[in-house]
Amino acid sequence: MDFNDNLPIYMQIMNLIKSKMASGEISGGDKLPSVRELSKELKVNPNTIQRAYQELEREELVFTQRGMGTFATEDMEVIKSLKRKMARELVNRFFMEMKKLGFSIDEVKSIVFEWIEREDGE
Amino acid sequence: MKNIVEIKGLTKKYSSKVALNNINLNIEKGKVVGILGPNGSGKTTLIKILAGLLRQTSGEVLIDGRSIGVYTKSIVSYLPDRSFLYKWMKIEDAMNLYKDFYSDFDEEKFNELLSFMKLERNMKIDALSKGMHEKLNLSLVLARNSKLYILDEPIGGVDPVARDQIIDAIINNYNEESSMIITTHLVRDMESILDEVVFLKEGNIVLTGSAEALREERGKQIDDIYKEVFGE
Repeated sequence: MDFNDNLPIYMQIMNLIKSKMASGEISGGDKLPSVRELSKELKVNPNTIQRAYQELEREELVFTQRGMGTFATEDMEVIKSLKRKMARELVNRFFMEMKKLGFSIDEVKSIVFEWIEREDGE
Repeated sequence: MKNIVEIKGLTKKYSSKVALNNINLNIEKGKVVGILGPNGSGKTTLIKILAGLLRQTSGEVLIDGRSIGVYTKSIVSYLPDRSFLYKWMKIEDAMNLYKDFYSDFDEEKFNELLSFMKLERNMKIDALSKGMHEKLNLSLVLARNSKLYILDEPIGGVDPVARDQIIDAIINNYNEESSMIITTHLVRDMESILDEVVFLKEGNIVLTGSAEALREERGKQIDDIYKEVFGE
């Protein structure tokens, strides 16, 4: 993974784990890699991984069991609301970029509908 | 948290040229600190003072609460920016030299590092490529169980594959009981392993802080901040 985003690295790692949780690649109750394992895998300072896990825990997306490790939350409601939040962020970003390109809301609408129709047709 | 390094008002002059100007710096236990700056900014001078190879002109330098001397040298593992081994040696001889010199040298750790680096004990130093050389030197330095590791340009002048291996070895050997100081001007490759950064420009600290906090504050990677600080 390349950390070329301008976000702090711990946030980039949080986003990585969040999208894995949203997509189901990590399911509820799954054990996350240990700080050390993830640090080796991503080539990132262990303290940064630790920070990412702590913040995820604060957001109640993961929980730690002493001596056992860090686990993805089993609360499906939390995962659902994470997915909704990520979807909102994506849509926001999409509309902002489209606005920047000079599209009106109606134009964006028709582009989106066209796209959906094409996808449905396949 | 306890400071492993405390530097107060450190100045170093070479006759009339000021190499380090009134440096103040604390390094906490368990941190990986990057000292960043172009050639000639004073990085190597600072590191040589910490390693006990140069004396300061004025100011105070403490490692683990003690002035630089026999004790601090015994707990500091230093990787110089150039080779320090004899050409006639084999890797095994280099290891024995280290074992004799440093009581904290851990042969098992060294063997693990060697196999990770894909080096063999019976290889001749003379026959090693530049990248292999750097990997061997780093293996020797990391095989000590030290409180402070000082790595001067550990990835300078090596190819990208060796560079990755070196960075992996540094991460694998990180432990929260010891600290690391790494100098580099190859910021992009190193920035994800640094806790703290110190920007050194013409002997002065022009910017210092937590790498993540700087990224957050400025909305930029350390590499871009580096270009800003040192670019024209």
